[in-house]
Amino acid sequence: MKELRLMKGNEALAEAAIRAGADAYFGYPITPQSEIIEYLMRENPVERTGMIVLQAESEVAAINMVYGAAGCGKRAMTSSSSPGMSLKQEGISYIAGAELPCVLVNVVRGGPGLGTIQPSQSDYFQAVKGGGHGDYKLIVLAPATVQESVDYVKLAFELAFKYRNPIMILSDGIIGQMMEKVELFEQQPRLTEAPEWATVGKKPGRDSVIVTSLQLQSEEQEKVNLRLQAKYREIEKNEVRYETHLCEDAEYLFAAFGSCARITRKAMEMAREKGIKVGLIRPQTLYPFPVDAINKLAGQVKGILTVEMNAGQMVEDVRLAVNGKTKVEHFGRFGGMIPSPDEILNALEQKIIGG
Amino acid sequence: MAKKGDVVINIEKCKGCEVCLAACPHEVLALSNEVNSKGYHYTVKVNSGCTGCANCAVVCPDAVITVYREK
Amino acid sequence: MAENLIKPENLVYEKTKVLTDRVMHYCPGCGHGTAHRMLAEAIDELGLQGETIGVAPVGCSVLAYYYFDVDMTEAAHGRAPAVATGIKRVFPEKTVFTYQGDGDLAAIGTAETIHACNRGENILIVFINNGIYGMTGGQMAPTTLPGMKSSTSPRGRDVATMGNPLKITELIAQLPGTYFVTRQSVHTPGNARKTKRALKKALEYQKLNKGTCFVEIVANCPSGWKMTPVQSNKWMEENMFPFYPLGDIKVPE
Repeated sequence: MKELRLMKGNEALAEAAIRAGADAYFGYPITPQSEIIEYLMRENPVERTGMIVLQAESEVAAINMVYGAAGCGKRAMTSSSSPGMSLKQEGISYIAGAELPCVLVNVVRGGPGLGTIQPSQSDYFQAVKGGGHGDYKLIVLAPATVQESVDYVKLAFELAFKYRNPIMILSDGIIGQMMEKVELFEQQPRLTEAPEWATVGKKPGRDSVIVTSLQLQSEEQEKVNLRLQAKYREIEKNEVRYETHLCEDAEYLFAAFGSCARITRKAMEMAREKGIKVGLIRPQTLYPFPVDAINKLAGQVKGILTVEMNAGQMVEDVRLAVNGKTKVEHFGRFGGMIPSPDEILNALEQKIIGG
Repeated sequence: MAKKGDVVINIEKCKGCEVCLAACPHEVLALSNEVNSKGYHYTVKVNSGCTGCANCAVVCPDAVITVYREK
Repeated sequence: MAENLIKPENLVYEKTKVLTDRVMHYCPGCGHGTAHRMLAEAIDELGLQGETIGVAPVGCSVLAYYYFDVDMTEAAHGRAPAVATGIKRVFPEKTVFTYQGDGDLAAIGTAETIHACNRGENILIVFINNGIYGMTGGQMAPTTLPGMKSSTSPRGRDVATMGNPLKITELIAQLPGTYFVTRQSVHTPGNARKTKRALKKALEYQKLNKGTCFVEIVANCPSGWKMTPVQSNKWMEENMFPFYPLGDIKVPE
């Protein structure tokens, strides 16, 4: 049964993992996402659904536990925050290379280095451009609400198994820490049958299953890369998700994702009150990126301002999508600072309208 | 009297490491003068002293030796 | 002419079906092949082929999954015990093993090794210790002996600047999570047979859910040590065994 609750973002996401029928969670504490593993340990889902939860000795170990469980055809996930996500990149690359499904959650905090524990969006590049070594892509879902944090967990597992690919939920310290009303979806059953690519023990009459990303012959590795690229093109065709607000008559456009899109929406409303016709596009998938939608809007507006809690990352993808059709500028606060609607409106007036 | 044995050596997989020679208690094995298609001198049986103890096969890193022993 | 003994009823030893027919890529005389076969025979004799999941490391045995005819996953360097943990936790009823060299297990993967053992994961860890990085061309390993030459200790391992060899098996045996810890070799028929017995015991113990079983196999590396296989086995007896003595280190009470 669907259920309405007031929940903290991280805890709602953890509850969603149980309800999505996850088989295993492996994690390591790091602020601001520790509530995910704390909630799971408290909830003890092994008694509810049989889902196992394990606190690993490091983020590195946790992602490799996910790799092992994912290779068994199970719904496996991990979560972390920026410095921990950097540690996981090796394992993520192996999972992408071996074409296994899994769900990764990054509740982003400011960097570089140890940085700050405050919210940020400065891991955009790491999330959408691969992150680890080699030519690979994650599907990146960017929730803007606690509700989306919940719904995206279920979606992420569906996409992970549809494409045999790791899926990242790129959240941030705001979404993870704030409380909102959320509608929880019904408990989904855990998987009962293992896919044919899973290591389950060699059955008579079939070859052994090998989960690997190693190809010593270049010709074979190129085939793997071509297969991956074909899969990414398919993902780009099928899985673009975005929202637009007040774009019909827009002369200017904001582009923002995640929590920053919520603040930007407020700035849009303030601008409209001043008579500035500005709309907002909010990519919900950062990869695949809503290239066509942005390109189309670029033909309609006089300029686009991306608003991000970083020094300018998504702006590069917006510029690629716009392809010179109109002016694209970036406004960001970073290091854990959160932009105010006033600042955003001011930036629109200075950099786009007046610039 | 010791039982009689015999070995069959997969000479194409043999790498001529000689570990089996050192393990044979009856000096039944030696390296060939010829080489296999990989260029390795391979193990051959040079006398009829085999007792089928399987020591050679147990230490063979490449599992090239099959052992038979009279019942 | 002697009687022809080569007939099925006289067969006493052949390659186990748990090894595939592929030609192994290992150098002539390398202990990996024999260690593979002892493990494969142990799996075969216990009837575990259909329920075993193995984890291959990074190192010379990175392609172990081509030789073991069981389902296998290839781990990143050092991470095999974490991967095996993930497998065993979702499939507690399956038989799970890792097969790792000294660089993989005792250098880059030390944390994963120690914590998997300390949690008492019900897995078998097979640890091949030849005191050198074989695959990358003979560099110094965590287990390289004092004074031993390698391509990164060309004047011999100087413990003052390069640190000491790590007796990780003795360390592992201290952990409450381990159930059976032993050190064996496969360079003679007797040693190889003892290794198989140890591996069979370890696989049987896994069914008891009493903790991690850890079987070290001290092995040669003829190419890395720059010796013939027979010389390397002799050198191993004279140099490796005094430092890494063979025998059980922790046995169930």
